[in-house]
Amino acid sequence: MSRAQAFLLAVWEFVVGDDWRTALGVALALALTAIIAGAGVSAWWVMPIAVIVLLALSIRRAARRGT
Amino acid sequence: MSGTEIGLAVSVFLACAVEAVEALTIVLAVGTTRSWSSAMSGVGAATLALAVIVTALGPALTSLPIDVLRVVVGGLLLIFGLQWLRKAILRGAGLKAKHDELETYQQEAETARAAGARHPGFDGYAFTIAFKGVLLEGLEVAFIVLTFGANQHDVGLAAAAAGLAVLTVVVAGAAARAPLARVPENMMKLAVGVMLSSFGMFWGAEGAGAHWPGGDAALLAVIPSVLLAALATIWTLRRAVMSATSV
Repeated sequence: MSRAQAFLLAVWEFVVGDDWRTALGVALALALTAIIAGAGVSAWWVMPIAVIVLLALSIRRAARRGT
Repeated sequence: MSGTEIGLAVSVFLACAVEAVEALTIVLAVGTTRSWSSAMSGVGAATLALAVIVTALGPALTSLPIDVLRVVVGGLLLIFGLQWLRKAILRGAGLKAKHDELETYQQEAETARAAGARHPGFDGYAFTIAFKGVLLEGLEVAFIVLTFGANQHDVGLAAAAAGLAVLTVVVAGAAARAPLARVPENMMKLAVGVMLSSFGMFWGAEGAGAHWPGGDAALLAVIPSVLLAALATIWTLRRAVMSATSV
């Protein structure tokens, strides 16, 4: 593995961590918030719902893995 | 000091204290078994590297437009916070082993003893392990200091809270002359997860264009709600584990 690849891998692991699905879910929830807010509709409720769902799914995956 | 600034200081203090306890264990192990002077040189070099990172990136972050800063920083804080929360919940429910500083210390010390003969004078092994330990544990804290500080335009307050946490842990470690095994690490990690997730959710939504009812005062509802949700999840999982083991 080259130094550049090792650096990118370290950045990925630092930012995304061990659960890429949660990171993707956060990005999608923020995008949905921006779309709804951009349409002039109240959008603050999107993130709390996203957090509850993402945390529950992440815990379920971890519990199934036995970690 | 505003409520948000207090939240910033508490979050950074707790996150930094937890990471400092873990770094202290590594430094103690290599310092005791190999060389104190080399281990402390590693600590100094890593601290310098972290200070350079904060000093270099701080002004760059604070120069970003506030909405861009909040959506990026909010998203990253939320990703971090959800990971801290998940691990703390799993540990609280008994589904993941709790972090044991004494065990970590013994493992690190054993590895250090097995790493070969000590070099007279400068010991490269002790330097490298102490440097890596402090740098890796400190990177996440540096990121939290930068993001919280940049968002509130008060990197100085965040850095002061981090410095106070490190000082507290170092003084406690020097007094105990042993790993700080009695620090309630899981509870502190749960608190950090709650704060990172709450601030991340709040800032991320604001950066994306949403307006919270009550503005900044909404945090007074968001933080307790996340905490209650986490505690309820621990309670539910613990009951599920107990009923599964009793069958």
